[in-house]
Amino acid sequence: MAEAADAKTADGKTADAAGTATLLKTPLHARHVALGARMVPFAGYDMPVQYPMGVLGEHNWTREKAGLFDVSHMGQCFLVGPDHETVARALEALIPADIVNLAPGKQRYSQLLNEDGGILDDLMVTRSADPDEDGALYLVVNAACKEADYAHIEARLPANVKLIKAEHRGLIALQGPGAEAALAKLAPEAAEMGFMTSRTVKVAGIKANVSRSGYTGEDGYEISAAANRIGEIWDTLLLDATVKPIGLGARDSLRLEAGLCLYGHDIDTTTSPIEAALNWSIQKRRREEGGFPGAARIQRELAEGPARLRVGLLPEGRAPAREGAEIATPEGEVVGTVTSGGFGPTLNGPCAMGYVARAHSAPGTKLNLIVRGKPLPAVVAPMPFVPNGYKR
Amino acid sequence: MAETRYTKDHEYIRIEGETGTVGISDYAQGQLGDVVFVELPEIGKALSKGGEAAVVESVKAASEVYAPVSGEVVEVNSELEAAPGTVNEDPAGKGWFLKIKLKDAAELESLMSEAEYQDYVKSL
Repeated sequence: MAEAADAKTADGKTADAAGTATLLKTPLHARHVALGARMVPFAGYDMPVQYPMGVLGEHNWTREKAGLFDVSHMGQCFLVGPDHETVARALEALIPADIVNLAPGKQRYSQLLNEDGGILDDLMVTRSADPDEDGALYLVVNAACKEADYAHIEARLPANVKLIKAEHRGLIALQGPGAEAALAKLAPEAAEMGFMTSRTVKVAGIKANVSRSGYTGEDGYEISAAANRIGEIWDTLLLDATVKPIGLGARDSLRLEAGLCLYGHDIDTTTSPIEAALNWSIQKRRREEGGFPGAARIQRELAEGPARLRVGLLPEGRAPAREGAEIATPEGEVVGTVTSGGFGPTLNGPCAMGYVARAHSAPGTKLNLIVRGKPLPAVVAPMPFVPNGYKR
Repeated sequence: MAETRYTKDHEYIRIEGETGTVGISDYAQGQLGDVVFVELPEIGKALSKGGEAAVVESVKAASEVYAPVSGEVVEVNSELEAAPGTVNEDPAGKGWFLKIKLKDAAELESLMSEAEYQDYVKSL
């Protein structure tokens, strides 16, 4: 038995044999080992891919109760300047989201773009709810991209806006329908928070930045706190019988069912946000005004439609189609490629996403996914594959 | 008692006279994690030692199952199509993949015994 040629490691990236010698550890590393996690290299970190419950059990637990994820490997930083508008305009020169009009305590998803409108990384941008902290934006970027992102951003900031890396912070995510009840026991204000909002609260007595967001399609929170205190929050949350630790394996199957992009797979420097069907993340003012890298391409794609589009795909039967599988018409013409695919435990069947030529992107279109040389019938389907549980 | 022999790729073959039952070891199922799909060969297919016999997919990845010996597929465990998790629950029993009619029993000599395989797994 051996992993098939096109198979990927649990994180969905090809294994980096050279990178295993100098793996970084998150502040929670020893806890993962003590919990019996299977550790794998991911984005330069030694990370838990699964705990003894296993990927299926962890996935289902998160959908039914509350899953706790260590995402401390992700890049946290602040952009700091004289006032909100100055900092927002500096960031708007790099991303297509409207940040100037982002209200205090609100969060937005966006993408760092290159000059061609390709995606360098995707990120979350938060404006502090605290008026005393106005003029600061909190960013969370992907672990694998963070050093390149920081260099890219720093090189393009005006002199009065600085990037401050928050490497002294840990980040955990509490996700699932039970997340609100579990966190509200430690921080009652958490129950009042709306989706994509952020507050500074005390969690189990420890100061933390909490946002109501995540990467599973479920209601939930991301909790950022000092690296030397995040373990206490983690431990306290795990005392709750509804909360279990969840590894990267289930994180991937959860986000796939939720139709969320994984950077380096579903989006990269060759894909634009419009091709990636992320139009919703570009607000009206930015669409009209432009003023971000690649604006000409993105405005053209908005007006005329992109040549290709990211779509959901549901294979018939039980066989999953994995990343890299070609997408063909019933007549055999190759019209795209699968960028993420696997088995959806909640869906109880295979699901995938990929790019297809726009003519073949309408929901209901019948296509074949080429798996081990054989055409696997599939249908273009709307995403998310599993209804999301966001607290609106 | 039927003898079981193992490959370095963690397939087993349990010999019962002219045929052998092929599956993956308990170690392999543990490494793989939750099995969600199994693709089995056609009955009558001729397999060659080391060639692809079946495919097993966990939530996270697809893996090939290789034929421990050459021969013809005489039976497949079609119960796995509806209940692939049986591979995790009972890999040596109900989680078998296929039965093969041996072409050359001498090929078995290149495989590991139970004791040799257990030592091999410990060395990994």
